[in-house]
Amino acid sequence: MEGAPHGCPGADSAQAGRGASCQGCPNQKLCASGAGAAPDPAVEEIREKMKTVRHRILVLSGKGGVGKSTFSAHLAHGLAEDGDTQVALLDIDICGPSIPKIMGLEGEQVHQSGSGWSPVYVEDNLGVMSVGFLLSSPDDAVIWRGPKKNGMIKQFLRDVDWGDVDYLVIDTPPGTSDEHLSVVQYLAAAHIDGAVILTTPQEVALQDVRKEISFCHKVKLPIIGVVENMSGFICPKCKRESQIFPPTTGGAEAMCQALKIPLLGKVPLDPHIGKSCDKGQSFFVEAPDSPATAAYKSIIQRIREFCNSRQSHDENLISP
Amino acid sequence: MEAAAEPGNLAGVRHIILVLSGKGGVGKSTISTELALALRHQGKKVGILDVDLCGPSIPHMLHAQGKAVHQCDSGWVPVFVDQEQSISLMSVGFLLENPDEAVVWRGPKKHALIKQFVSDVAWGELDYLVVDTPPGTSDEHMATVEALRPYKPLGALVVTTPQAVSIGDVRRELTFCKKTGLQVIGVIENMSGFACPHCAECTNVFSSGGGEELARLAGVPFLGSVPLDPQLTRSLEEGRDFIQEFPKSTAYSALTSIAHKVLHQMPALCS
Repeated sequence: MEGAPHGCPGADSAQAGRGASCQGCPNQKLCASGAGAAPDPAVEEIREKMKTVRHRILVLSGKGGVGKSTFSAHLAHGLAEDGDTQVALLDIDICGPSIPKIMGLEGEQVHQSGSGWSPVYVEDNLGVMSVGFLLSSPDDAVIWRGPKKNGMIKQFLRDVDWGDVDYLVIDTPPGTSDEHLSVVQYLAAAHIDGAVILTTPQEVALQDVRKEISFCHKVKLPIIGVVENMSGFICPKCKRESQIFPPTTGGAEAMCQALKIPLLGKVPLDPHIGKSCDKGQSFFVEAPDSPATAAYKSIIQRIREFCNSRQSHDENLISP
Repeated sequence: MEAAAEPGNLAGVRHIILVLSGKGGVGKSTISTELALALRHQGKKVGILDVDLCGPSIPHMLHAQGKAVHQCDSGWVPVFVDQEQSISLMSVGFLLENPDEAVVWRGPKKHALIKQFVSDVAWGELDYLVVDTPPGTSDEHMATVEALRPYKPLGALVVTTPQAVSIGDVRRELTFCKKTGLQVIGVIENMSGFACPHCAECTNVFSSGGGEELARLAGVPFLGSVPLDPQLTRSLEEGRDFIQEFPKSTAYSALTSIAHKVLHQMPALCS
């Protein structure tokens, strides 16, 4: 269909600016000139910086509001429960940063040190970075175009002094936008262990998850698995289960089977999760016996196992 | 006073409603769809423009996925979703060959397509054009608002959920509206409470009360709360007309009440 090509070859492709799908794109001339293909020197700088980070996990979602930032926060909390594990949480949702609120760090500011920006620590072994810390007021709207957002992501990856970190969890915006392209490109030399994709049970959400999976394949980003959130609700009074978000086409389970992607687990809806996030507390501390906590712990363990198995795989490749 | 843009294909549109949200996933597309259906049931002729380039969901909600878009002299012809041709839809979803394909475009290309959507769709005569914008204050969001801002009368509906984290994003959204000179018709709080179908106990799954308080603090009208309703979710999943099929549900009364307020709120923007 005229006017809406669906396959951007990418600025660094030999086809940049010359493909049929480039017709009509305002950037066509720039890409055709080859200026876009010059590698950003920041990629190497970021690779150096990432040498002290053992694992990098991206958290993606097709749709917003499926609990991705809640999940990222609790993945970080869960990994950091082992005091000897150093965890970092990077929020690259530039226009809608919610991590400071969820982590109970609203009002915190970022400090500059000789080695760069210092993360804000919620625990000794859990540091957080977000554009939310750079805003003067929680009401400030971040109205930035792509290049400025990309510049901020570059700074977050290159200029933050994370120190020695076992796991870097990166909370991304919903969908597949500039920010996703940027973070994947900047981390290209450092490698990403994999992506966790959040969804809710209904088909409208799953439609977009298939796009996320397609994106991951396209940019050669490994998929750790899918998490189905808000999967059923237990009434606190009669204890019976309802489906607030009906899995009309079989939910994430059927989709994962069809696409041969691991389903890491299902997290039920629990009103305490929202309340914990509003208070900036870990849900694991607030409601340790909730079925949702058990689901989270199981999912986090599978993610940990994936990262560790990938590490030993890499080590095997290196050994003579 | 800003000079009016050449109306072109929007010349026949009486009112444009932007549906905004600070965060995705608060049900903005649901509210856009149900508002359009409710306005249609009030006898209005309605168009829907789905500008969520990376995640178009409205064709699915209106059982219009797979429909082909045709060209006419003045541009793209929107897809009619009902027999009476009183509700029409344009979405990037119609332009994708493969619904599972990821749309990974850099900003300028998205902006160009958004401008095309705004100027090149032959809507004809409409009482209301409901525009489902991309979530947050992203590039596409800004491009959509900037492309539509010259047209009048233009009003914004801001959709949120009760959860305070969502409230933070709506505060930013309202700041955005103020900065860009957009008039706010009101705030809608979606996913407000869930009544257990087994015992009727009402639970605030996503907290409570935030949307109303926020509207008060921001000095904009609070248009109402829409409860969590599995019938509504299922209806959208199956592409059915919830307004027509479930008149006894709690979400129905909330949605029709909101549509009523929108109908009476819009003329004030003309003055």
